[in-house]
Amino acid sequence: MSGANSRPNTAGPSQGVSTPSGGSAVRKATSVGARDARRAKAGTTEPAWVKWTLIGIALVFIFLFLILPLAAVFTEALRKGFDAFLEAFKEPDAWSAIKLTLMTAAIAVPLNLVFGVAAAWAIAKYEFRGKAFLTTLVDLPFSVSPVVAGLIYVLLFGAHGWFGPWLQAHDVKIIFAVPGIVLATIFVTFPFIARELIPLMQAQGTDEEQAAQVLGASGWQTFWHVTLPNIKWGLIYGVILCNARAMGEFGAVSVVSGHIRGQTNTMPLHVEILYNEYQSVAAFAIASLLALLALVTLVIKSFVEWQFERDQKAAAELPPERPTA
Amino acid sequence: MTTAKRAPKRVLPGFNLTLGFTLFYLSVIVLIPLSALLFKTFNLSWEQFVAAVTSPRVLASYRLTFGASFLAALVNSVFGLLVAWVLVRYQFPGKKIMDALVDLPFALPTAVAGISLTALLASNGWIGSLLEPHGIQLAFNRNGVVIALIFIGLPFVVRTVQPVLEDAEKELEEAATCLGATRWQTFRFVIFPTIAPALLTGFAMAFARAIGEYGSVIFIAGNMPMVSEITPLIIIGKLEQYDYAGATAVAVVMLGFSFLMLLVINSLQSWQRKRGGAQP
Repeated sequence: MSGANSRPNTAGPSQGVSTPSGGSAVRKATSVGARDARRAKAGTTEPAWVKWTLIGIALVFIFLFLILPLAAVFTEALRKGFDAFLEAFKEPDAWSAIKLTLMTAAIAVPLNLVFGVAAAWAIAKYEFRGKAFLTTLVDLPFSVSPVVAGLIYVLLFGAHGWFGPWLQAHDVKIIFAVPGIVLATIFVTFPFIARELIPLMQAQGTDEEQAAQVLGASGWQTFWHVTLPNIKWGLIYGVILCNARAMGEFGAVSVVSGHIRGQTNTMPLHVEILYNEYQSVAAFAIASLLALLALVTLVIKSFVEWQFERDQKAAAELPPERPTA
Repeated sequence: MTTAKRAPKRVLPGFNLTLGFTLFYLSVIVLIPLSALLFKTFNLSWEQFVAAVTSPRVLASYRLTFGASFLAALVNSVFGLLVAWVLVRYQFPGKKIMDALVDLPFALPTAVAGISLTALLASNGWIGSLLEPHGIQLAFNRNGVVIALIFIGLPFVVRTVQPVLEDAEKELEEAATCLGATRWQTFRFVIFPTIAPALLTGFAMAFARAIGEYGSVIFIAGNMPMVSEITPLIIIGKLEQYDYAGATAVAVVMLGFSFLMLLVINSLQSWQRKRGGAQP
């Protein structure tokens, strides 16, 4: 590729550039002859039996480790019939767990969304000292064990914590109450949106925003009309992954929750309690709701990836800009 | 001394606002709480700290946590590479679904994964009942820990290797073949070196994630002290007995390891970028 352009380049007769590397093998085949063509093809693929053995092993692995566990959730939930399944949702404790989970996600996800956009804007659009370090710090919650994440809030706000006595004196409960659950959830889902947006916005650069500024747009106008449309798929992607983790978090929430039935139990904690009480069908019924959430998340994620690829392709097929810029 | 040292003018507005908010939010949610953990440890004397983090039960939990995590990450490296290869290089029915399913462990709550794997592997489960007559037990012991951790770490290797394989230039493989290399030699000496940094990164990520994992493991492990008790569970156990100092000490050890893994993964990624940057 003589142009050395990293951007998809459509200038000139695009045939040679736009076809992926398979194209060169085809051309070789027509010019050199059938025997060499076979050998050239053999150079980049495996014999059929190797190929199908590898596919077979991969399918067995995926089936054993992903499909079976997923199927088990639903079959266990329906083992005693549909009525027994529905019985699990008639309990008021189940409803309060569902409500608490939805509420926690409804607070944690928007906060992390605002943070993610702000952090990505600061990190991707400007140069400043300590940028790499800041990016590492944003990722930090991913490498901290969920149990440790819960513990740090107990040490801050628990009865023996830094702010414990003050909170008790003012009758504010954070640990073993809803605020602690929300805080722990925010911590474990902290990097999701930021880490999607930072590389995306870095790749897009600042040209379009600067153009908007030159044309007289305000900062907010630039963000809403120029930046946001460019990052929307990455944003949605980050939000749904963040949401899935926020609703499903177990370890961190378990440390700060106190497991008070009907008050501080999220759905995953409710699943644990039911399971430990040998109410297997009820536990799997609630779990099947969470599994459904996971499946919906995967479907939206695949859709977003597909849309994003389509947009990228459409952008690559635009007529070439004049080389003056 | 006029305005000679003026900072370069930033064209886009919002730098102070966004960086300020980022630093504020980061401090409130992450940095201050984490520093509370460190300060809390200073309440312990050195001897107390060492005694807390090296008691036999805690040492046994390190062995299990690190050993099982290493094994799980190793299994994930082999099968993750294989799945990534199959997804990038071959066409077959169900490929799209397989590609989407790989992310299931990211999306499925860990507690759900835990009870589901337990139901499968317990002696009356689909898999457990098949293995029981042969004297193989996978649930409620260390085997269960490894299996849960394989599930949890599965996407990491696939998702780090997959994009590198997609970008790999087939011309290099053609050249290798023209020079007389067998397919295996081409893989071993041409393809593998390209993907090795990504593979190592994926391994490190799966390993780091497995070390801290709690939700999926506790259901399937049986949680016998000295045998199948993971380190995060030790912290929970100490908290339930109001041994805050002990819990904090073990948590600091885990946090130290998290920092170390973060450092390792960061340098692996910059190595990978350098490798990738060699081609235009």
